[in-house]
Amino acid sequence: MISSMLIRALDRNALIVLLALVAIAIAIPILNIFVPVESAFHLPDYMIQLLGKYMCYALLALSVDLIWGYAGILSLGHGAFFALGGYVMGMYLMRQIGTRGVYGNPVLPDFMVFLNWKELPWYWLGFDNFFFVAFMIALVPAILALVFGWFAFRSRVTGVYLSIITQAMTYALLLAFFRNDMGFGGNNGLTDFKDLLGFSVQENSTKLVLFSASTIAVALGYLVSRIIVSSRLGKVLVSIRDAESRTRFLGYKVENYKLFIFVISSIMAGIAGALYVPQVGIINPGEFAPANSIEIVIWVAVGGRGTLIGAIIGAILVNYAKTWFTGALPEYWLFALGGLFIATTLFLPKGLVGLVASLRLRERFGPKQSSSTPAPAE
Amino acid sequence: MFKSISHLLLLLLTGFIIIGNSQPLRAEGFAPLVEQLTQKSFNKKIKVVRKIAASGESRAIPLLTALTEGKLYFRKNDKKVFITAAGENGYSLLDPLTGKAVGISATTEMKKIKTNNKLRRTLNSLLGVLTLLSPDPATRLKSAKSVFQSRDIKTLPVLKKAIAAETLPHIKKEMLTTQAAIVAGSDQPSSDRLAAIRHLRNVGGNDVLALLTPLATDKSADIATAAQVAIKAINNEQAVWGAFQNVIYGISLGSVLLLAAIGLAITFGVMGVINMAHGEMVMIGAYVTFMVQEVIRNAAPWLFDYSLLIALPLAFLTAGAIGFALERGLIRFLYGRPLETLLATWGVSLILQQATRTIFGPNNREVGNPSWMSGSTEIGHLALTWNRLYIIVFALAVFAALFFVMRKTTFGLQMRAVVQNRQMAGSMGIKTKWVDALTFGLGSGIAGIAGVALSQIDNVSPNLGQAYIVDSFMVVVFGGVGNLWGTLVGAFSLGIANKFLEPYAGAVLGKILVLVFIILFIQKRPRGLFALKGRAVES
Repeated sequence: MISSMLIRALDRNALIVLLALVAIAIAIPILNIFVPVESAFHLPDYMIQLLGKYMCYALLALSVDLIWGYAGILSLGHGAFFALGGYVMGMYLMRQIGTRGVYGNPVLPDFMVFLNWKELPWYWLGFDNFFFVAFMIALVPAILALVFGWFAFRSRVTGVYLSIITQAMTYALLLAFFRNDMGFGGNNGLTDFKDLLGFSVQENSTKLVLFSASTIAVALGYLVSRIIVSSRLGKVLVSIRDAESRTRFLGYKVENYKLFIFVISSIMAGIAGALYVPQVGIINPGEFAPANSIEIVIWVAVGGRGTLIGAIIGAILVNYAKTWFTGALPEYWLFALGGLFIATTLFLPKGLVGLVASLRLRERFGPKQSSSTPAPAE
Repeated sequence: MFKSISHLLLLLLTGFIIIGNSQPLRAEGFAPLVEQLTQKSFNKKIKVVRKIAASGESRAIPLLTALTEGKLYFRKNDKKVFITAAGENGYSLLDPLTGKAVGISATTEMKKIKTNNKLRRTLNSLLGVLTLLSPDPATRLKSAKSVFQSRDIKTLPVLKKAIAAETLPHIKKEMLTTQAAIVAGSDQPSSDRLAAIRHLRNVGGNDVLALLTPLATDKSADIATAAQVAIKAINNEQAVWGAFQNVIYGISLGSVLLLAAIGLAITFGVMGVINMAHGEMVMIGAYVTFMVQEVIRNAAPWLFDYSLLIALPLAFLTAGAIGFALERGLIRFLYGRPLETLLATWGVSLILQQATRTIFGPNNREVGNPSWMSGSTEIGHLALTWNRLYIIVFALAVFAALFFVMRKTTFGLQMRAVVQNRQMAGSMGIKTKWVDALTFGLGSGIAGIAGVALSQIDNVSPNLGQAYIVDSFMVVVFGGVGNLWGTLVGAFSLGIANKFLEPYAGAVLGKILVLVFIILFIQKRPRGLFALKGRAVES
């Protein structure tokens, strides 16, 4: 059964994408380590960190595409799941600091010593064990998604209403994590990490491994997403996206399908966050900001909503543009991003991937015939 | 002139009362007492100082102040006392008896009247009481309050005289409270103390509560019971005032929410357009106020008090025009695609924010309060700032005006017609596209007006709008889309709920709880409090 699922999921394009991702995961470290520094093909160390970040964003974009592109759920709060995954990882990294903190307390992280806390709060227990943490990285976002989605989908909150309350959710979490009493470092967040599984997070080799791990995570995320969208479940999701009421009248439990995909997507976002934190070295409540979550949506929209590869391409392209702008023309980045939002919605409803696809079709069938697949409805 | 005469009369009166009561003073007089300050013994000086203070003379205040500050000197040759001020050529002298300048003297000719700690302590407490009789009302009030804090039983006689002489009712009230505070905790006859406790009970407040608490365990059972009763009564009263305060502050917060959300109630509620750039319209209104004030400051400072009135129509027009352009240039292409509209207007909001940042800089710009909006008023135990009160009135006025436009004007009628049935409205000759653009302009213009009001209570920075966008959406969604009353009720109930939660949960947690509540509420009633019913809802 699994093999048949795989065969259905892996058409030619999907295989190419997977192989490309694996190739990148192997090739980039080689370009960094074995190619001499003078060579034009050498990748400097800072690029590794940057690319690793992009890969985490790509996985995050994939998770948003899965719910928005295939199930029509526009979440404006997906940054919350990303940040929660990041906080879980951050807690593990904090516990690994041990006596190397400023206050040298073997158990309490610095900010707790600073706040005069005497013992570790119960919800910090167990976070020194990596397997437990790995489990929690998936579980914490999943529980939030399950509870939130169960309430939202069961009472048929859809469309913009859902978008607005997801935004309210991440906003509420933003406010909550700013509080020192929460025990997550207040507005400074968690930072000053030392090592991950015994390897220093400052080391270049650790960064290379993290990059490869992120890329493999994107590949796995892509594979899982492919399996889902090419299955019968995926077809139901698309029909929910295009005609929710009709799907319900046909006898499908719409809310269960939505809940399932929402939880899967939140887990992917959480994993992305967990891989992101050791690479950037900090997690703070700013990650919960509603603006961040909306930005994820534009990555997907630029790449092409409802095409998995589009989400990956969009995330990497937009973030590369962001890096370039903030370096060269910091004043103009928000203009560019704002313009991107407008231009994409007005002129590129199907994103870059859709544009390429329609150009190809035009090449093959002449200018008259355009794509026959209907545009995703709201 | 009249004022100074009345002060003089008052002084004569108080002086008369005091002199009339203290026989030995008349024999000694003020001038000889001052002479006696030149003695060496500190203990004798203390006695003299007490006598000077007891004279109740207004001349005593500058004299004793100078002594505390070490500015009181006497001339070596004739032992005459002067208040001095250090100048270039020595000391400039002031006769403490007449209060007139009497020339300059070389430093070598003068000798300082020395003080020690004990004397200074005496002086300080004496001055506190003396100022009760000061001709300046503000000083008297301050003094009454400071005596209330110290509650020195020795001040009681002077206080009584001050009360008898006091003509201003609010100062008299403060003095009476002070007197009651002293008597209640003293060993005066218990009937007096009971009366004092009764008086304090009527005054109420935290200070009184702190004062009564030790009395609740007084040796005398009568006093203890009376104090306990009074404490209970004050506590109850404070609970009522606390609730009242929460309601008032909640209404104030609600009016801010209403202002921020009311434009959204038009664009989102009536037209169904998710305008994420709504907050930026508010910000633009605030910046228009800033620019108006800048121009006024440079060109016509006398107009400053009218700056907000001038800014209102300008903000409406500026934000309205931007909204109009936005609808014509962008949003009309996206009707029927709400999620795309959301993203595109978010892009607009980023651009507007960055444009503001580029033009005006990233920092807060200062917008001043006109004189009629600054200051505060007191209702019972509550201090309310005028700007908050004006904003409540203003928010309601904007709501009423909008309601009038929607219900009683041709434009409002056309707007509602287009919302209900676009095609039918079009066939009746209404230019539906024109109405769309104007409606969006109206909603944006109102957001601009809100910006003028919010510039008075919030920082004017490029991020101003961001702070309100989530809240305003919450208000509109909670109140029910497409219903102005819903927005009104939603704004005020969220505002009041927030303020009632604050004391128990803290400001941030209170806000989180409200957000969680709304999230849960939407699950229960996805269309808000005042949901539109009927077939139009499902489309």
